[in-house]
Amino acid sequence: MSTVQTSLRTAVEDTSLAARWQQLRANRNWQAMWFMLPTAAFLLLFLAYPLGLGIWMSFTDERIGRPGIFIGLENYEWLWDDAVFWLSVFNTLLYTIVASIIKFAVGLYLALLLNRHMPFKAMIRAVVLIPFIVPTVLSAIAFWWIYDTQFSILSWSLIKLGIINENINFLGDANWARASVIFANIWRGVPFVAITLLAGLQTVSPSLYEAATLDGATNWQRFRYVTYPLLTPIIAVVMTFSVLFTFTDFQLIWALTRGGPVNATHLMATLSYQRGILSGRLGEGAAIATAMIPFLLAAIAISWFGMQRRKWQQGNDND
Amino acid sequence: MTDRLMQKAPAAPLAKNDDSEGMSYLESLPQRLITLYLPLTIIVVILLFPFYWMALTSIKPDEQLIDMETYSPFWVVAPTFKHITKLLLETQYPRWLWNTMYVATGATFLSILASVLAAYAIVRLRFKGSDAVGAAIFLAYLVPPAILFIPLASVIQAYGLFDSPLSLILVYPTLLIPFSTWLLMGYFRTIPFELEECALIDGASRWQILTKIVIPLSVPGLISAFIFCFTLCWNEFIYALTFLQSTPNKTVPVAIVNEFVDGDIYKWGSLMAGALIGSLPLVILYAFFVEHYVSAMTGAVKE
Repeated sequence: MSTVQTSLRTAVEDTSLAARWQQLRANRNWQAMWFMLPTAAFLLLFLAYPLGLGIWMSFTDERIGRPGIFIGLENYEWLWDDAVFWLSVFNTLLYTIVASIIKFAVGLYLALLLNRHMPFKAMIRAVVLIPFIVPTVLSAIAFWWIYDTQFSILSWSLIKLGIINENINFLGDANWARASVIFANIWRGVPFVAITLLAGLQTVSPSLYEAATLDGATNWQRFRYVTYPLLTPIIAVVMTFSVLFTFTDFQLIWALTRGGPVNATHLMATLSYQRGILSGRLGEGAAIATAMIPFLLAAIAISWFGMQRRKWQQGNDND
Repeated sequence: MTDRLMQKAPAAPLAKNDDSEGMSYLESLPQRLITLYLPLTIIVVILLFPFYWMALTSIKPDEQLIDMETYSPFWVVAPTFKHITKLLLETQYPRWLWNTMYVATGATFLSILASVLAAYAIVRLRFKGSDAVGAAIFLAYLVPPAILFIPLASVIQAYGLFDSPLSLILVYPTLLIPFSTWLLMGYFRTIPFELEECALIDGASRWQILTKIVIPLSVPGLISAFIFCFTLCWNEFIYALTFLQSTPNKTVPVAIVNEFVDGDIYKWGSLMAGALIGSLPLVILYAFFVEHYVSAMTGAVKE
């Protein structure tokens, strides 16, 4: 008697369970959870968690091989009085601002050139992007050789042309070193800016230019009143990326100067690596890295509001 | 399998490259020379010079490298393969190249797999909060490695993955997934959802729709994402520098910077050969898939 009852009950439970299972399988939120699982796992484990951990570590005195204890703002107080840290902030801002402005100007100019009709257009466009394809460190090594103190091809050419008398100490002199790394960064960044802006330029209808020309617009007016307004959204996005990547640049500096001479080219990222990993003071390194976050947020906010404003001006319907 | 995928990929979009003259009849040739060809030539020469210099140095005999008076430095007499053979036979360069390839391939496959699933869920399952998840993934793209490498080093240490290429395979997807998800979302949106409705009526599951309809239709997007991710992995430096300690485990960019730096004046030939050979696989890959690469780059920005 009792066995019959229990088996009956399990059968009922089975069918309702199966029905619920069917229901669950058809539920899109439940399905989506499985689809999102790998991405969520990667991003939570190796991005969100380290981001939080990094901020926490900046409040501890953790060193390599020794867990840290909470010390409050001590790392930041220490950095506040550290001239090298402020030098690295100055260098990072200088590097970012100068390189970004020149990358934007040259990139836009190059995009306008590439957008014109010419033979071998596709091939020239493909070739222009090569500096962006080649790993930064490897092209930085080429620049290292070009900037060599003794055998620099630049110094040699300038001496032969009679412009200078002795080799320029490209990576040994503070200001020359800054100019050299900024140049190398511009060299690598221009193709990215140019090719992405070119993609934006190609969406501008030629009839707009024809109409403007018929109305007697000069070259500059065509650029200022047709090209530039239509290109603004994509400029905002491209320059946000460009600024972010320049601000957090590490590999170019590390391959060329490692922050030298006398910290003249230390960026916040390289200083953070030197203090955090090489000297083993993880807490202090994390504090320097965390100090970059407000700058990054400011850059994102500026470009975000720039885009919103532009959307508002153009009417909200186009992108 | 890959061959079939390649064949299915339609020819690169060339719609924009119309050969119409447009308004160029308004310009005379001398004007074009000054405003177009001259500046373009200067920029292209500057952009390509470091590669020329790299290639030239890697085949130049040592005495020509340091004697710039008797030999013109811009050319090479009696080129030699000594630097390249020295690099390949006397250093662990082949091993480093293999590591880089292994890490880049592994990380790229993992990321594409994860982002196909994620992009499909965000675009087509429209689950609760999918817009917020999409925005969060875009924000993840803006988090730079430079602020993550210190905490990640201790995470990797805690998982016991320190000094193992596997650590990079697991960490690189955080750089690649946001980008490729965003790119693939754009591609998936262009697939008419009537196709999926038909399949649903015929009783296909979501998984079948994804593997039998969506993925075959978005092969160009997958190739773009693959190329771009692979290039990013090959290029990555700060994580590889932090996580890998022993010489044989290093990737090419890290090994080039750390293993060749001795006081030797004759290092330049091998160093340049190393940089050249390390760049070649990417340049060759790029040469075959220029349009895919460009559409990946611009697609992600345009979204």
